Amino acid sequence: MNAKVLLLTHGRQFGTLLGLVLLGAIMAALTPHFLTVSNLLNVAQQTAINAIIAAGMTFVIITAGIDLSVGSIVAFSGVVLGSLLAAGQPLPVAVAAGLGVGMLCGLVNGGLIAYGRLPPFIATLGMMSVARGAALLYSQGRPFSGFSESFRFLATGEVWHIPMPVVAMGGVYAAAHFLLSRTKLGRYAYAIGGNEQAARLSGVNVRRYKALVYGLSGLLSGLAAVILTARLNSAQPIAGFMYELDAIAAVVIGGTSLLGGEGKLGGTLVGALIMGVLRNGLNLLGVSSYVQQTVIGSVIIVAVFLDMTLKKRQT
Amino acid sequence: MLTAEVILELRRLGKTFPGVQALAEVDFELRRGEVHVLLGENGAGKSTLAKILSGAYQRSTGAIFLDGQRTEIKNPRHARDLGIGMIYQELNLVPSLSVAENLGLGREPTVVPGVIDAAALAASARRWLGELGVSIGVERRVRDLSLAQQQMVEVAKCLSLEARILIMDEPTSALTYQEIGELFAAIRRLKARGVAMIYISHRLEELLEIGDRVTVLRDGRSVVTRPIAGVRVGELIRWMVNRDLAEQYPRQRTRPGAELLRVEGLSQGSYLRDISFTLRRGEVLGVAGLLGSGRSRLARALFGAERVDGGTIYFEGRPQRIASPRRAIDLGIGLLAEDRRTQGLVLKLSVRANICLASQDRFCRWGVVRARPERQAAQAHLEQLRIKSPSLEQPVMFLSGGNQQKVVLSKWLCAEAALFIFDEPTRGIDVGAKVEIYELMNRLTARGAGILMISSDLPEVLGMSDRILTMCRGRITGELSGAEATQEAVLQRALGMDPTSPGGAIPGGRGCGWESDAATSGEGRSAGAATGAGATGIMPPASAGNDL
Repeated sequence: MNAKVLLLTHGRQFGTLLGLVLLGAIMAALTPHFLTVSNLLNVAQQTAINAIIAAGMTFVIITAGIDLSVGSIVAFSGVVLGSLLAAGQPLPVAVAAGLGVGMLCGLVNGGLIAYGRLPPFIATLGMMSVARGAALLYSQGRPFSGFSESFRFLATGEVWHIPMPVVAMGGVYAAAHFLLSRTKLGRYAYAIGGNEQAARLSGVNVRRYKALVYGLSGLLSGLAAVILTARLNSAQPIAGFMYELDAIAAVVIGGTSLLGGEGKLGGTLVGALIMGVLRNGLNLLGVSSYVQQTVIGSVIIVAVFLDMTLKKRQT
Repeated sequence: MLTAEVILELRRLGKTFPGVQALAEVDFELRRGEVHVLLGENGAGKSTLAKILSGAYQRSTGAIFLDGQRTEIKNPRHARDLGIGMIYQELNLVPSLSVAENLGLGREPTVVPGVIDAAALAASARRWLGELGVSIGVERRVRDLSLAQQQMVEVAKCLSLEARILIMDEPTSALTYQEIGELFAAIRRLKARGVAMIYISHRLEELLEIGDRVTVLRDGRSVVTRPIAGVRVGELIRWMVNRDLAEQYPRQRTRPGAELLRVEGLSQGSYLRDISFTLRRGEVLGVAGLLGSGRSRLARALFGAERVDGGTIYFEGRPQRIASPRRAIDLGIGLLAEDRRTQGLVLKLSVRANICLASQDRFCRWGVVRARPERQAAQAHLEQLRIKSPSLEQPVMFLSGGNQQKVVLSKWLCAEAALFIFDEPTRGIDVGAKVEIYELMNRLTARGAGILMISSDLPEVLGMSDRILTMCRGRITGELSGAEATQEAVLQRALGMDPTSPGGAIPGGRGCGWESDAATSGEGRSAGAATGAGATGIMPPASAGNDL
């Protein structure tokens, strides 16, 4: 592989990583609390939920799609999970139901897009509203809270001093990376996003794989719901508000093109961490949440702008 | 020889990109009212040169003289102000706007500032189109126009910007026979107005017809400049590739084997009507027809990418229902689609992934790709077809047109296809690579594969086919053996004008897409074509025009 290709396929990831390191250095210089083990674990823990959703979003965006419904799916999965736990159902059943609801919503998205030929933006915009409404209806607008210790372990527990959400995040990224780089699903995701027509004329079952990718995004939203519910010790129908934008931002900062056909999970993870570090650092510095919103939005714009400028220079 | 006024001169022009010398030393001269052909293999520097002249790139060394004045062309806008217009391969029009709106884009006449004077806009559009001798309704939306009409709008736009120099990059690559005639008629009008044109194309026969002088580029240098009259195709090729190509169409016939494909009564609405033919192993069956004759639709129908209303397809003797590309691939059919960039390849994916895309299941176990067998298979095809790529992991977008086409072919070899449907196999590919593709066709048929070759390049159809089917308006209008086929015979049948064809006269009495003004320009053209082609001795007799 020559230097140009290496730069073109991986250069973007190095750039994002460099950005993360730079941001970390700035935060460390500004506040002594930033660079402590407990704070870094805290950052990882706070990043985990967004990172898990963003992993699914990466697949969707690689197929040149978009999923606006992930935040609402988090809420819907959460309340179903919470209600079952509150009703005294066994933990595995409740968790499976939460994941199942997420995946089902995702598959409905995928079905509408792949078989109903709706534009992804429209189908998932609809699902965003439908799933949110369903969560409110199902819970009558009230949260479920007060769960068992064994369930809460999913967010508060530790494995070898690593918080459970971080373990889950690591597991998701390892599995997702394998899926994307080593399996037919991953290969076809790139092919569909890169050139759907050519993929179809090469015998790829485009519809099936599109539907699967949205199903995966829904499933990971369900997983995020499990962790969020355990962490808050409460399942709220208004949870996950605007999560879709954070996830899309992480993917885009990570160098995945919204045009599809390219992108790496490593980039998304770094993108999610950049957002996590930024939030954490600004909190430590005592910056108000109003200012934080503005800063994070600006970072997204600057990151994508730099990305585009760099890409232009490479060609 | 009468020397017309020189309006553009390039002296020792060079252009380097980091690590690449795209142009080394180009001397070039353009006179008022001439069509100056720029010829060269892919990578010879034609497009770089065009981009420097249109202001997209800046020269590195050498000098540009415009009207004898040393000039720097700073950017595309500056080029426009200097009177240099460029017609790109991909047209630069806004599809959702009307013809008039496109022509006046950015320079709309106004009643009061901010309010467009629609009447004046339309009138000016009509005038410029009139100058070209084309009649297109100026209120029509550009997306409803044919590609040829869009190109005319583009040319008219350059004219309206008072272009004195027009650069055309492969203007005919997507045009039909008669549309090329219309374009050439417009070019002749422009010449008469004194517009100088730089004409870039790979279609040699066409250059002989329309060009006044030719400059050949090789490896970024201008090798030779000659008046076109008296130049032979063989000479042009030698200048371009710096070697003698044994033959332009090196077809080696093999004895046809068993029947591979039989189509009976295939129909689809008014697009395909009662199509029947057979194809045997070891055979190249050419399909000639105009754009819209149903030739590409036939290819897609055989490949399961197009629904059909009726008819039966027998593959290897058994009737088959081919409902999807997947089914076609599993049977052993491969389609090298018309446009490899939009239909054949995933440009961002690697050479390896593209080669294995149609046979991914073979390299997967439980949905997991087995990297080693995949790499080995891709490597084998890379070597077998001599694909020039730095590595298997190179994204195919960085390969040249000829190598990209070889990747598509590898994909079907990898999928173990027995029937190869080539739709425009050599469009946009340079001469050297073309011959390689033809030689690969020979190897395929020698191994017992069958080839259905659809092409609008008439010399190619004649040169490579063992049998030729002609199509017009969804019907097969004739079948000729390779030996008896001439350009005239094929073209007549493709135009639906042959009374002896099996289908009889075309209902309605009119030929296929045969417009009245196209007919005139078509005839006007044939005289020039005959001189060009007759001198070469390579092409079959061409009395109906060359590569129309």
